[in-house]
Amino acid sequence: MISGRCAACKYLRRRCPSDCIFSLYFPPNDPQRFACVHRIYGASNVAKMLQQIPPPLRAEAAETLYFEARCRIEDPVYGCVGVISQLYEQLQSAESELAKTQAEIAVLNCNPQEAPIEANSNFNTLLAPFHSNFLV
Amino acid sequence: MASSSSYNSPCAACKFLRRKCTPGCIFAPYFPPEEPQKFANVHKIFGASNVTKLLNELLPHQREDAVNSLAYEAEARVRDPVYGCVGAISFLQRQVQRLQKELESANADLIRFACNEINPTANLPPPPSITPRPRSSSLGFYQQPPAFPLPYPLPWNDTSDPSGNINDGGEGNM
Repeated sequence: MISGRCAACKYLRRRCPSDCIFSLYFPPNDPQRFACVHRIYGASNVAKMLQQIPPPLRAEAAETLYFEARCRIEDPVYGCVGVISQLYEQLQSAESELAKTQAEIAVLNCNPQEAPIEANSNFNTLLAPFHSNFLV
Repeated sequence: MASSSSYNSPCAACKFLRRKCTPGCIFAPYFPPEEPQKFANVHKIFGASNVTKLLNELLPHQREDAVNSLAYEAEARVRDPVYGCVGAISFLQRQVQRLQKELESANADLIRFACNEINPTANLPPPPSITPRPRSSSLGFYQQPPAFPLPYPLPWNDTSDPSGNINDGGEGNM
């Protein structure tokens, strides 16, 4: 059944057995998927990893292995750790921004009459469209 | 960066592979003998020959970072065989989205607050529906972010996602 081979067995140029561990997760219409995974992990490591996972979770595992392999191919130095670093930076930036905004709200809550309009850049940026309309 | 390929003990890789650690061993600078688990994880997930190929494709000054990121990914995959690092990525993406929504809400509150303050001085008649709005109590106080120093530890247990824990297999089992 050469025409029924999965992408992995096609790539490895071997017969695709009926219980092939790869066949469900590396269909023949997407050869690049297995090529990526094989390049980073190697076929035998992928097979071992999949075999150690319960069958209902293997599809997810294959998907995440493919994702990480793609990240590593695109960024050979950092792989998906580069993505994690970027997300950490975004998280820190958003947290800092939120803290500033909440602090401004707290100040306005405490001193609604005295809060200077030019308190800080966030406030000014938000209010810029209103200043020209409402300020004398 | 530790080098142990001289007459000292073999590097962790060569110890693991039970081979002679030569002076030009590509692993020696990055897998010191004091950290055997680092190479064990990398070997389990990527395999020694794949790591060698990866390192050979990089410039020498890039290799240390590459090894450390491979070690990070390998440890993540060992702890969570289904999701690996992707579990952490999903978690962080949700955190970023949540914070961005909070920020939008806070900015909206700030504008509403400012409008309430500016309105008395406006020359334009106020819109019919305007009334002093109650101080927003829906904003949670800013909480300290969880301490997630890079690159360890990983946030395996996501308790903030009401739709369920994507990291079901994420309990550390090393």
